[in-house]
Amino acid sequence: MPEAIERESRLRGVQRFLVDNPVVVLAGVLALLFVLTDLVNRHEVGEPFVTWNQLSTTFLVAAPLGMIAAGQTLVMLTGGVDLSVAFTATAAAFATAWQGGNGTTQGILAGLAVGLGIGLANGIGVGIFHVNPLIMTLGTSSVTFGLLSIYAGKSFEKVVPGLVATLGSDRFFDYLPANLIFWAAMAAVLILGLRYTGYGRMLYAVGDNEVAARLAGVRVWQVLVTVYALCGLFSAFGGLLLVGFTNNPDLGLATPYLLQSVAAVVIGGTSIFGGWGSYSGTIVGVLILTVLGSLLTLLNSEEWQRQVIYGGIIIVLTAIYARVSGAE
Amino acid sequence: MNDEAVPLLEARAVAKHYGPVVALRSADLSVAPGEVHALLGANGAGKSTLVKCLTGVTRPDSGTISVAGRAARARSPMHAARLGLSPVFQDPALVPDLSVAQNLRLTRSSVDAVRSQLSAMDLQVSFHELVGDLPLPILRMLDLARALTNDPQLLILDEITAALPSDLAERVFDVMRQRRESGRSVLFITHRLAEVIATCDSATILRDGQDVGTMEPKEGGESRIVEIMLGPEAAKAEAEASELDEADVPVAAAAGEADAVLEVDDLKVGAVQSISFTLRRGEILGIAALEGQGQDELFEALAGQRKADGGELRVAGEAFRPRHPYDAIRRKVVLVPPDRLLALLPQRPVRENVAAPLYNSARRWGPINMREEGKRVRRAVDALQIDMRAAKQVRRLSGGNQQKVTIARWIASGFAALLCNDPTRGIDVGTKRQVYALLRELAEDGAAILFFSSELAEFPLVCDRVLTVYGGRVTAEVAGAAADEATLLQAMHGLQLDEAVA
Amino acid sequence: MSATAAAPMEFRGAAPWRRALRLHGWTVAVWLVLLALVPYWRSLSEQDFKFDLSSLAIDALPLCFAAMAQAIIIISGGIDLSIGSLMAVVNVLSAREMVDMSFGKAIAFSVLLILLTMLASGFTGVVITLTRIPDIVVTLGMLFVWQGVALWIMEIPGGGVPIDYADLALGDLGTTGIPNATIAVFAALLLVWAPIRWLRPGLAIYAVGSNRNSAYLSGIGVARTRVGAYFLAGLFTGLAGLALSASSGIGDPNSGTTYTLNSVAAAVLGGVSLLGGVGGLIGVIAAAYVLTLSKIILLLRGTDPNYANVYQGALIILVVVIGGLLTRKTRS
Repeated sequence: MPEAIERESRLRGVQRFLVDNPVVVLAGVLALLFVLTDLVNRHEVGEPFVTWNQLSTTFLVAAPLGMIAAGQTLVMLTGGVDLSVAFTATAAAFATAWQGGNGTTQGILAGLAVGLGIGLANGIGVGIFHVNPLIMTLGTSSVTFGLLSIYAGKSFEKVVPGLVATLGSDRFFDYLPANLIFWAAMAAVLILGLRYTGYGRMLYAVGDNEVAARLAGVRVWQVLVTVYALCGLFSAFGGLLLVGFTNNPDLGLATPYLLQSVAAVVIGGTSIFGGWGSYSGTIVGVLILTVLGSLLTLLNSEEWQRQVIYGGIIIVLTAIYARVSGAE
Repeated sequence: MNDEAVPLLEARAVAKHYGPVVALRSADLSVAPGEVHALLGANGAGKSTLVKCLTGVTRPDSGTISVAGRAARARSPMHAARLGLSPVFQDPALVPDLSVAQNLRLTRSSVDAVRSQLSAMDLQVSFHELVGDLPLPILRMLDLARALTNDPQLLILDEITAALPSDLAERVFDVMRQRRESGRSVLFITHRLAEVIATCDSATILRDGQDVGTMEPKEGGESRIVEIMLGPEAAKAEAEASELDEADVPVAAAAGEADAVLEVDDLKVGAVQSISFTLRRGEILGIAALEGQGQDELFEALAGQRKADGGELRVAGEAFRPRHPYDAIRRKVVLVPPDRLLALLPQRPVRENVAAPLYNSARRWGPINMREEGKRVRRAVDALQIDMRAAKQVRRLSGGNQQKVTIARWIASGFAALLCNDPTRGIDVGTKRQVYALLRELAEDGAAILFFSSELAEFPLVCDRVLTVYGGRVTAEVAGAAADEATLLQAMHGLQLDEAVA
Repeated sequence: MSATAAAPMEFRGAAPWRRALRLHGWTVAVWLVLLALVPYWRSLSEQDFKFDLSSLAIDALPLCFAAMAQAIIIISGGIDLSIGSLMAVVNVLSAREMVDMSFGKAIAFSVLLILLTMLASGFTGVVITLTRIPDIVVTLGMLFVWQGVALWIMEIPGGGVPIDYADLALGDLGTTGIPNATIAVFAALLLVWAPIRWLRPGLAIYAVGSNRNSAYLSGIGVARTRVGAYFLAGLFTGLAGLALSASSGIGDPNSGTTYTLNSVAAAVLGGVSLLGGVGGLIGVIAAAYVLTLSKIILLLRGTDPNYANVYQGALIILVVVIGGLLTRKTRS
């Protein structure tokens, strides 16, 4: 009897650890995916997948999503969601390309300004006018898309600044993507910022219980306006990295990234209701989705198969997470 | 009590655990017919879990439950009702966006039957009203009326009198008496020992998931109950502490000499017509009032949650016009709200909850000095003796500990005036005593405290003086020592204090 | 010490007129907005009224049904991001199979499709309640699944529907001149939603959306009700997909993409609160018409279709802001 109890309590200890550190579980899933993709790659192409080159490519491809999902993480921590990230990223990419002819700095600043501006609009709507984030960001994405469609039709000269192209597609020493360095730097800022700054605490507080935050003296509107602005900024980063990679701004540049960003954040263990989560989880979520994409490409899957599997994975992963965390 | 009679309710060895947490180890409960039986215990002792098992809200892991000798394992609240167990929970089972009539239709209750039960309690409300528009006390009474229409064998009242004004609480006691007289029984869960002694025939006490004693409240009195509830050693410590409490009733500290921290001048807000008083350093000022006399609006206006309609406020002599809790907190006027759910961040750890107000200004959004924060938090946690075992998420804490966290945050941030609106609502006796002692200590260190409680017995234990409010105005000022229940109730009903109580 | 009151203690909530305003004000307002748009619309259009009304009704039909489906789910406290994709599945499946069918067979097949859609939507509801994953996440996943299924059924737009069948959406009722499309919407409302809404199942849906815990304590089977809401919404989603087939005449696997978010917008504009438990379908129908009509008006004005998107987006935001300011509700 005592051994059974001991075994059970050890199991409980493990369960508690996993619940409080979901990133561990996710990293495990990611590792599994890598192994799977490796096996499939060997089978299909005769080469291993887990090579420096492939890993490097994976991170290169994942970085833009990593940026867009970063903004989404911040917003979801406050209990909201930003459905305009994709078009904001695209708009920033266009802005950079249009102004690129006037110089690198001007180009980059234009892009970032666009992202910040759209984010601010979202923040004002949600924070000051109390519009539901789903509706507000839906609205701004609609407006952004419309404006983009109009201007995309007109013939402007599009120049992608050199720095942006380097950042978006270059690799140092053959294997270290420039955007990974950028991503890592941003990740450090975000992870440390969320954990060790007053602003980070406020994001969690507002997401967990807005009423309580207000009672503690927090001016909630300030937090909301800034967080959506930041999300716009990170979407802009994502857009710049993307256009740096493709070297051609296109209306559909970031469209798939909207739902992928939500998926990455959710898979990463951040609660959609707010007040719980981290960017480290999102990073793993981004990588999981990217590797999954490679796996599906390898399997020569048709578009429809990809979609079905994609959807199924989202559900299954979050179900596992819900079960493990014991659904409090 | 007839030992041969078949008990109305017999629960044996009921056990329930949620994952690794054992909520009920093995609880026995036996209620005789025609009895008002109290179920007592500290927060976390297992009362609500036992009630949930009885009423089908949760399924117990093991144990037997029988009603009038027949097995009665309820699968759902509706099933429990059919078995003769009708619960009335603290949160009324009424949906805010539907009308009262529509809510009744959901439970297939007869509108006429409920209305007549309400009239029998001398209450009236239009059934077309949306539940969300009605105040909580009448919703509780509606829930009670609905439960009564089933003529339940056992009426289970879970903390129904918490935050019920005394006039409505009286009606509840009347109902309990009527049930007993008709041979039915009532299971009464409450933290208010005075009520237990006044109304209950017997009481079962739970501690740590087990029943540890059944007794007749009138015989043992409060001290005996507390002793059983806390266990012998803890009870002795409590007794000593409370003796100190009661012996230590301070004389209104040389009234008028201490600095005025908060001055309220002809305040008008909500139901408050005109209230004026001065809150001084080192004093605990009580506000005693019946339901809806404006006490909530008073606190909200002082804390910056709500704009006053008229009058003037001053903090340390300077004009005070808070439009947001931040304005009040900046002037060191802080609030402990009546509903701790409003003040807590459930998924965040204790540390973040306690430190939250420190970062409420954009100026403080930068990097946190973790060591400094750790010191402040630790000091507050120690002052309140918060049980840090489940510290990772505040929602895992017991009610009493959660309440302590809501107070701890102000100790960590510092304050001049502490506004406590019903700080001991729904917490166990042991924690209550700790809160009283802490408030007194804070006052001695120079804090100014405004105190409201729906439990009249607390006023003489805590306050230096008490203001009674009725009809939106102050009706009397009573010294703490003289603030016994009778006196307070008179003034709370607007009667002159010179008149003798019937 | 009981109060010896001569009269019973009376409790009052809100004045009846205020209650009526809260319950029906928004719906009335949306219909008024719709009516207010009509004169402007007429002044721009060169067609006769009958033609215009017909076009509007046809254009708005799929959105009406999609919005009604979404509204039911939002009222029950959830949300469904996969409505558009499921609509697309129905669209392509019906267009593929009905190409060579007779009218009768097409109708029978339609009924079958609606039943299948209800099951599919119900399945989503079951997954949500069983796994306890938030509905946004599950329906996000199902969005991809159904999108994939639609692509599998039909890779590129094609197929067709029998002419009589299309006429169900495109034509008018006999000689009355009332578009079939409008009749279809109101028929669905009166025959399906109205009976449910006022009886216990409908009240249960509102209750679960209003306060899940109180609903449970009231004895409502919460899981059952939520699944039921998705199941019922599936009927309207099926109708939406069929409406697409009938009105466009072809099947297009990508046809559903705009409908998901537009259905949410129409529901919110129609007075359904995203918090659940509040709102009705009559306002939602008007909102769907308003959204469609505003697009038509912009096109008539010669606005670049892309500007139309801009204006629609801005319009949605504006309405919700104003609506929010007017009905500032505090919910516990």
